[in-house]
Amino acid sequence: MSLKTSETTEGSLPTARAAAGTARAAAGTARGEGSLAGLPHALLRAETTGVQLNLADLWAYRELLYFLTWRDIKVRYKQTLMGVMWVVIQPFMTMLIFTLVFTRFMKLDVGAVPYPLFAYAGLLLWTFFSVSVTSGTNSLISNTSLVTKVYFPRAFIPAAAVGAGLVDFTVGAVPLVALMLYYRVQVTWGLLLAPLFVILGALLALSVGMVASALTVRYRDLRHALPFLLQLWMFASPVLYPSQILGPRWRWVLAANPLTGVLEGFRSAVAGTPFDWSLVAVPVVAAPVLVCAAFYVFRRFEDTFADVI
Amino acid sequence: MEPVVVSVEGVSKRYRIGALPAGYDSFREVLARTVAARVRRLRRGDEGDDDATTLWALRDVSFEVRRGEILGIVGRNGAGKSTLLKILSRITRPSTGQVEIYGRVGSLLEVGTGFHPDLTGRENVFLNGAVLGMRKAEIDAKFDEIVAFSELERFIETPVKHYSSGMYVRLAFSVAAHLEPEILIMDEVLAVGDMAFQQKCLDKMNEIRRQGRTIFFVSHNLPAITRLCKRAVLLEKGRLVAEGQPHEVVNRYLSRSWGAGAERAWEEKAPGNEVARLRRVRVTDEEGATAAVVDVRRESRIEVTYDVLEEGHALVPVVELYNEEGTEVFSTHDTGAEWRRRPRPCGRYTSAVRLPGNLLAEGTLIAHVSIMSHFPSTILHARAANAVAFQVLDEPGGVSARGDYVGPMPGIVRPLLQWETHGGNDEV
Repeated sequence: MSLKTSETTEGSLPTARAAAGTARAAAGTARGEGSLAGLPHALLRAETTGVQLNLADLWAYRELLYFLTWRDIKVRYKQTLMGVMWVVIQPFMTMLIFTLVFTRFMKLDVGAVPYPLFAYAGLLLWTFFSVSVTSGTNSLISNTSLVTKVYFPRAFIPAAAVGAGLVDFTVGAVPLVALMLYYRVQVTWGLLLAPLFVILGALLALSVGMVASALTVRYRDLRHALPFLLQLWMFASPVLYPSQILGPRWRWVLAANPLTGVLEGFRSAVAGTPFDWSLVAVPVVAAPVLVCAAFYVFRRFEDTFADVI
Repeated sequence: MEPVVVSVEGVSKRYRIGALPAGYDSFREVLARTVAARVRRLRRGDEGDDDATTLWALRDVSFEVRRGEILGIVGRNGAGKSTLLKILSRITRPSTGQVEIYGRVGSLLEVGTGFHPDLTGRENVFLNGAVLGMRKAEIDAKFDEIVAFSELERFIETPVKHYSSGMYVRLAFSVAAHLEPEILIMDEVLAVGDMAFQQKCLDKMNEIRRQGRTIFFVSHNLPAITRLCKRAVLLEKGRLVAEGQPHEVVNRYLSRSWGAGAERAWEEKAPGNEVARLRRVRVTDEEGATAAVVDVRRESRIEVTYDVLEEGHALVPVVELYNEEGTEVFSTHDTGAEWRRRPRPCGRYTSAVRLPGNLLAEGTLIAHVSIMSHFPSTILHARAANAVAFQVLDEPGGVSARGDYVGPMPGIVRPLLQWETHGGNDEV
């Protein structure tokens, strides 16, 4: 399957316009179409010619990503009493329960970090990931009218789910800061790396969300399997337990899961403990690769969305 | 000459109908079907493109549209109009062929797309605008105008789920109308809503036309197509079967879809009662041959054959002529002295009415035929609505009212009238 990018450009983009204009001027002389320079141009090729990535459209429609994210957030908290507070309540209550279980009954050793901080940091990031993936997966089928009636890069629909998740995450980070202050965490330069791990987590959520939403358009089974798969994934990730829990011989199993590096890295950043660079390296390499691969898969499926949704 | 802004080259769109039973399917079904299809293909040794599960919504459609043109698209339901629009608006990709488009494509078939019931009118204006491809700055600039157009200033902070359906459509249309695409797609959807709303839509369309933008207009409103478009295409079973002047394309569409030809005969179930029954109606040219197309300058005839089954009635054959817009052109009653007020014996009769040349306007004409009697009171004995249809053609350059003018001419009749001109260099 060959890769082809159509030269879709937006008129109001000076650089893109100039570039497209030059290209078209060359073609235009032959067909007498010089006066069309500056107009957005789209070449819609047959399905059999392969995937059109239309990367320029991502930029041209960038404001729509913002609007869709904004809509997702607005809609989520309309007609709720506590609104965005729910973002905090859920991981916080879970943290309290597991603190009770793991520190009172099971005496889990999580190293130097106080368990509530340890668990909340993990749960906050995990909640962000799993909510983004869940709403991302269902996003296309719950936006059928958009998909069947109007053109725009549909990848923005699952992307907006991740965007909304990021906003929630920011709100949920407030109690995290409070916990850090409460436990008098030694702030290190490593804290500056915290956003990096959030971004890596977002990229992973986006990858899974794009592929899962595209598959769901065709195979609705996935909607039913997803909660279960996510639960398995949570237990296979060091959300509530440290990755050291497995001996060095088995650590690679955990490390192969790119979320391990994200969770451990984020926790080290906020708790001021040393980074395990071998773990962190996995998502740093994997996340960008996965996003590109997922986008390609998504684009392949996207052509038939309107026909099968 | 304006440049080509949309070029459609050999576009086909194939759907696998049997393959998608409920719109979507489960993984297990797909697996089973893929295997079955492979086996079938191996057995038959072909690609299986024309089997029962394949539907060609469009087949090898090619045309070009120049900037500022208004192209009418006509065709019956299922002819492929919607599929063509979906491809043009980039919602789905063609199976073969390609489309090249210069300019932003906007579409009024997406009225209200992306509206969320929980969001307020204001929020939906922004969201919908962005979905339709407007930039935030553009929406900001036009916001007041959009709200004013919708006449919903008082409710703009109310969630749209509390709107009446009329308010909803008004707001949605206002947003769509303020989108300023270079290429606009207008669909049947404009047929919904009240008269005032439809008028607003047509006004907006005229305004857009005056701005020299390119429009694709899909409608079953044939007079609107004839009036607004410069050119039209006719789709039939996914193929483009006619292209050209709107009235010609519309005529072609009508004659192919009307179901009435130039002749109709009844064996069983002939219209009529125990007094009279219609047997045959046909349109002929001046030589008496059945004719589906008549020259505007030539005489034509409508010939009605009927059986009189009960004697003693003074019968009057009647022909009513309608044009394609449903306007009655005229009706004519047999007033010939032969049988006027005279009771008829039983038997078969043929009556013909002569339509002189230079009377009917160009277009499709549909004839309703009846048999009546007036004594002691008016009784309708037999009637066949849409009995026959025929086309009147007015070719330019001949001796007809058109003269050398080639454009569309208004009016339901087209008489060739006498003109006199006085004056000249000496009389100022």
